[in-house]
Amino acid sequence: MLMKAVPQTSDRVVGQSSFDVARVRADFPILLTKVHGKPLVYFDNGATSQKPRAVIDALNHYYSTENSNIHRGVHYLSEQATAAYEAARSKIRNFINARADREIIFVRGTTEAINLVAQCYGRSFLKAGDEIIVSAMEHHSNIVPWQMLCEQVGAKLRVIPINHDGEIVMEEYRRLLNGKTKFVSVTHVSNALGTIVPVKEIVTLAHERGVPVLLDGAQAVPHLKVDVQQLGCDFYAFSGHKMFAPTGVGVLYGRAELLEKMPPYQGGGDMISLVTFEKTHYNVLPYKFEAGTPHISGGIGLGAAIDYLSALDWQQIAAHEHRLLDYATDALSSIDGLRIIGTAKQKAGVLSFVFDHVHAHDVGTILDREGVAVRAGHHCAMPVMQRFGVPATTRASFAFYNTIDEIDVLVRALESVLKVFG
Amino acid sequence: MSELDELYQEVILDHNKSPRNFRAMADANRKAEGYNPLCGDHVTVFVHLEDGVIRDISFQGSGCAISKASASLMTAELKGKNENAAQLLFENVHKMLTGDPSDDQAVDKVGKLQILSGVCKFPARVKCASLAWHTVNAALKGESQPATTE
Repeated sequence: MLMKAVPQTSDRVVGQSSFDVARVRADFPILLTKVHGKPLVYFDNGATSQKPRAVIDALNHYYSTENSNIHRGVHYLSEQATAAYEAARSKIRNFINARADREIIFVRGTTEAINLVAQCYGRSFLKAGDEIIVSAMEHHSNIVPWQMLCEQVGAKLRVIPINHDGEIVMEEYRRLLNGKTKFVSVTHVSNALGTIVPVKEIVTLAHERGVPVLLDGAQAVPHLKVDVQQLGCDFYAFSGHKMFAPTGVGVLYGRAELLEKMPPYQGGGDMISLVTFEKTHYNVLPYKFEAGTPHISGGIGLGAAIDYLSALDWQQIAAHEHRLLDYATDALSSIDGLRIIGTAKQKAGVLSFVFDHVHAHDVGTILDREGVAVRAGHHCAMPVMQRFGVPATTRASFAFYNTIDEIDVLVRALESVLKVFG
Repeated sequence: MSELDELYQEVILDHNKSPRNFRAMADANRKAEGYNPLCGDHVTVFVHLEDGVIRDISFQGSGCAISKASASLMTAELKGKNENAAQLLFENVHKMLTGDPSDDQAVDKVGKLQILSGVCKFPARVKCASLAWHTVNAALKGESQPATTE
């Protein structure tokens, strides 16, 4: 795990001595890009990560040698494509340690996964007066689907507050849990603040009351080893594109027992076993939730990303990313007028910050001219911005292919921001 | 001058730091809110319109240097103009900001607002500069929905 609490000395030794960042950088062709004549420094990994050659090659290989529709052809190519797609599902099951492949539903991304659960579980099992708990640091995609459900069934959204460091106030969560609570949906890692949420404790407390829990893992899977059985969650949602795979594909993990009880999400091909005009029988899991021809190459690309990640040493990656975060936190803290937003004790590689007198958008434009790609804005988490009383932040988010030298470039670029704005 | 220097000229930085007409207006008879959903910037424009002439104009809100300076420059430029002149200026400013190839003379028709011409080299920032203009346009038309840059 990426935790600031880990002693720094041992961490730094591991990070410096054994992780070969130059070698992994060579796996990502886009990192050679020049931006406005300067080497690209890609610090927008929280928005989307870059793709290793292995993933790009997998897409090329699929379209060059296997392209076909899946689950329906009797011909050679369809068998090849089906096998490759289903093999990717097994890799994902293994990657997050789910019990069975049928608990792995392919979706477009985290957003669709959450909407699926809100609609299929929520509309079936929640009613007027029931309560749904989210936290104050959710991405809009873990707020709006629940608000829509609340409008549909008359349920009520309750929000766990966060403290000034950007950590969930657990006493408040305990207080919010009551007999009316029927669902809990929280993020595993905050996209705007980097906070690693104590999700295991959140799940345990909800389960004591028999309340199911969804975890939004979009920002967690690229950084942390995720084991859904160990976390004990009922649903886990994540996107491929933030973990070095293509856009447009993501995963909903759900406990089979709950998925079995839920009605399908969309109707169409592949999700049925028998259709007549009188009655339609739905397909078994996971296909019940996978109507229509899916993003086959995306699924295969996600499988390739998992193969790539599995060949890396995650302890070394964690140590390296932790070192990047520590170094950047120290360096940015020493810049005049800069304030870091999100100072939780346990953080993933996300650094959000504001200047007293310079808006995040202006910072983003000036950094871009130095080749540094960051996100400037509300990060689809407007309630977080309101909580900290800022209109927007600049966010640098790291991946394992980033380097200490790149953070030095960021620091110099931030100094040029101050030069422009005096 | 580099593109960045052209964007952040002294005048723009000055209007960002000390925006003109940056206040609410109690006797405004036209008012509209503008909102950029991309970044969360928002602006409220107040107009006191009399016989088709903008007697007074002011704004409030939060945003980046470009959006604030653009709103400030806009209020200074529109005060005393009639609605038709304001509309014409809006169209020319919009053409200048987006680098509209159909009218490369637009930049010569906007007076002091030429200072914002550097924005067209930064496509991601065009909406910052045009937000206040969309908003005043909505105010003059008396539209009830908030203006957006989308």
